[in-house]
Amino acid sequence: MGLALLVVIWLITLASTYFFVAKSWLPVGASAAAGFMDGQFHLTLIIMGVVFLAAQLSLGYLAWRYREQPSSPPVAYSHGNVKLEVIWTALTTILFVGLNLMGSSVWAAQRFEPAGPGAVQVEVTGMQFAWYFRYPGPDGKFGGTSIKLMDPSAGGEAAVGLDTSDPASKDDVVTGTMYLPVDREVDVSLRSVDVIHSFFVPNLRFKQDAVPGLNIHLHFKPTAVGEYEIACAELCGLGHYKMHGMVHVVSQEDFDKWLAAREAEKQ
Amino acid sequence: MAGGTGGGETIMATSATAHAHAGPQGFIRKYIFSLDHKVIGIQYFFLALTAVFVGMFLSLLMRIHLIAPLASLPLVGEIKPETYLSLLTMHGTIMVFFVLTTAPQGGFGNYFLPIQIGAPDMAFPVLNMLSFWTTFVGFVVIIAAFFVQGGAPLHGWTGYPPLSAVQSAGPGEGLGADLWITSIAIFCLASLMGALNFLTTTLDMRAKGMTMMRMPLTVWSWFITAILGLLAFGVLLTAGILLLMDRNLGTSFYVPQIIVNGQIMLHKGGSPLLWQHLFWFFGHPEVYIAILPGMGVTSQILSTFSRKPIFGYKAMVYAMLAIGFFGFMVWGHHMFMSGMSPYSAFAFSLLTMCIGVPSAIKTFNWLGTMYKARIRFQTPMLYAIGFVSLFVSGGLSGPFLAQPVLDIQLHDTYFVVGHFHLIMGVAAIFGMFAATYYWFPKMFGRMMNETWGRIHFFITLIGTYAIFMPMHYLGMAGGTRRYSQYTEVAYLQKLMPIHQFMTYAAIITIAAQFIFVINLFWSMFKGPKASDNPWEATTLEWTTATPPPHDNFGGVTPVVHNGPYEYGVPGAARDFVMQTDPPVASSGH
Repeated sequence: MGLALLVVIWLITLASTYFFVAKSWLPVGASAAAGFMDGQFHLTLIIMGVVFLAAQLSLGYLAWRYREQPSSPPVAYSHGNVKLEVIWTALTTILFVGLNLMGSSVWAAQRFEPAGPGAVQVEVTGMQFAWYFRYPGPDGKFGGTSIKLMDPSAGGEAAVGLDTSDPASKDDVVTGTMYLPVDREVDVSLRSVDVIHSFFVPNLRFKQDAVPGLNIHLHFKPTAVGEYEIACAELCGLGHYKMHGMVHVVSQEDFDKWLAAREAEKQ
Repeated sequence: MAGGTGGGETIMATSATAHAHAGPQGFIRKYIFSLDHKVIGIQYFFLALTAVFVGMFLSLLMRIHLIAPLASLPLVGEIKPETYLSLLTMHGTIMVFFVLTTAPQGGFGNYFLPIQIGAPDMAFPVLNMLSFWTTFVGFVVIIAAFFVQGGAPLHGWTGYPPLSAVQSAGPGEGLGADLWITSIAIFCLASLMGALNFLTTTLDMRAKGMTMMRMPLTVWSWFITAILGLLAFGVLLTAGILLLMDRNLGTSFYVPQIIVNGQIMLHKGGSPLLWQHLFWFFGHPEVYIAILPGMGVTSQILSTFSRKPIFGYKAMVYAMLAIGFFGFMVWGHHMFMSGMSPYSAFAFSLLTMCIGVPSAIKTFNWLGTMYKARIRFQTPMLYAIGFVSLFVSGGLSGPFLAQPVLDIQLHDTYFVVGHFHLIMGVAAIFGMFAATYYWFPKMFGRMMNETWGRIHFFITLIGTYAIFMPMHYLGMAGGTRRYSQYTEVAYLQKLMPIHQFMTYAAIITIAAQFIFVINLFWSMFKGPKASDNPWEATTLEWTTATPPPHDNFGGVTPVVHNGPYEYGVPGAARDFVMQTDPPVASSGH
């Protein structure tokens, strides 16, 4: 029975480890923070992987090595070893706390400081079950919105409740697809009109809940041209699974053209 | 039974008599509305067994639906997206409350805590009966949610408002959601009563010589779990009442001004994050409420079947106390993406990493217990070793999720689902299996079948890893959770082969659980008769008759002279010294 345990535990451990390393599971990173985050992820993966292998392989080994046999010596009568406990405790504390502190700089950069002055402004609005994106237009100012003007079934400007009587809203552009220029910081302002949603773009290593009543500002910088999927990550109702969207990261030139075309459509 | 009759014992015996209650008369007082903690323990056990099969059946439907979204299934027919979310909500709620909280504490704790400390019953037998029957009512209420207009709620077991607070936010958010939160509130009341009883009993009713540091680690785990329950369930109860008021009385604790289905709601100024703070202030300690008793029973069994004292008894006690203490300061790690202050994420993250330290100590000590041992491999031991393996696997994904910067990618993905299922789901369940195989002889007077026990163990161990390990790969790839189907997002469609593998593994593993149930019921009536101490164990339940008499020790009050895990004592006549045996030199730690 000791041998059976050893074989089963070792096989499970090795198979699990194999699939962790056989494939790079993380989606291709396309934002400035992705490099650091992936590095931190892989460092954590290596450390936890070593602990995982050491603990599971010893568990299987001990079960087999110290199975009761007629020839087994008497057990080592011991209530433990304080020195070993202290060493073990100190080691894990340093390891866990160290890992934690290492990862904190990017979190701080993304969440403690506001976006730089040249950032592209985009307001992201979540509602059952769609995302809308609003650009402030040439005046650089978002016009007012009001819940009283919202008509989610109408889509577009009406869905986000744009107050067309506000001069600042005249050049606001509202779309169902997100366009972003590459290599420029994006200042996202995130809100929801009904329940909690979560704006998740795996390739951009970006996720943030959209919470009704809050207007959450965050920033990131896409670094590769491409099309990236948005998947809602917070359960928001029966259509959660299809609350899907696209981010098109394009060159600055293409972005300007695209925005100009939307402005033209509006006139 | 060792020990003379000194003055102190006379006092003990008198106080014990004062607590004892008359033996039950008719069938109803003996088996239904019983005051005997042993009968109540068995009632909790069978309630949890019923609940776990309901919960498991729901997960089976979910797994099948995920790989065949259009298939029509028995009992439920075609599963619509909202049906899937109802299954998910009810699976989580039933499993967390009526299985993971009910069996380890209410079931085994009720039965064995008084016996292991040498008490004739719980401190408050009537309150104990009331706790069970209140829990039972809670279970009936949650099951009723399936059958009302609109069906069961779809907001997940975490029930985040506004989705859970607004009746028009989705199907099932009407009466079904009211029943859901009412059931949880009832459950909270029952758990508060239970916690008070466990605490009083442990503090006031220990036999002579049963000092705190001679208590079996199982007793410590139930004791600490009761402290957590007392502090956590009150908060959830309050939060639940506020939610009911938001839903039905037009208050706005959790709901700001919102528009749902084109209708502007009358709520104003509430905070959805308030619920998350209150819920997780309960929810994180709840994880430890589920797992601590498993840690206790694993320690007990590893020591017994290794024929060695537990490695680092004091460290084990302090580690559990530390887990309980830190358990109340880490709730914010569920909310890194919620919009709460990013500064507080720092504190929550650091404290969460700290809670990994006592968990690592426990693992280290379990391995230390097996070192230079003489291990016997009966089924309880297999499950205890399985517990350690799953606890390690589930625990090591914690430090990923505890780092806010990694949580950005992993939050609300299958990585989280894999993490908590391994550690608070399956590891805790393995603790219950270990406890069942270990204590079954004492509870029912017969042995369970070893061969079928082993077959059940190996299929379940391999099966659970096959179901839950791939969830980590899915999560790393950005696989979002709580999606009723993966047909709408291109990168999620590519992950379908992993879902298929998991579903097949789930079908096999679930089928194997019938081996357990059949073994359980067959052995109850047909198993070989058990001796009083079939595992040659040391704690007090093994000093009394099998099954124990009504007052546990047949009118005698045991006197304790030794620590709980004196195995392989050099120079002793047998390889184990029971707690009531004459003192050994190193006893009491």
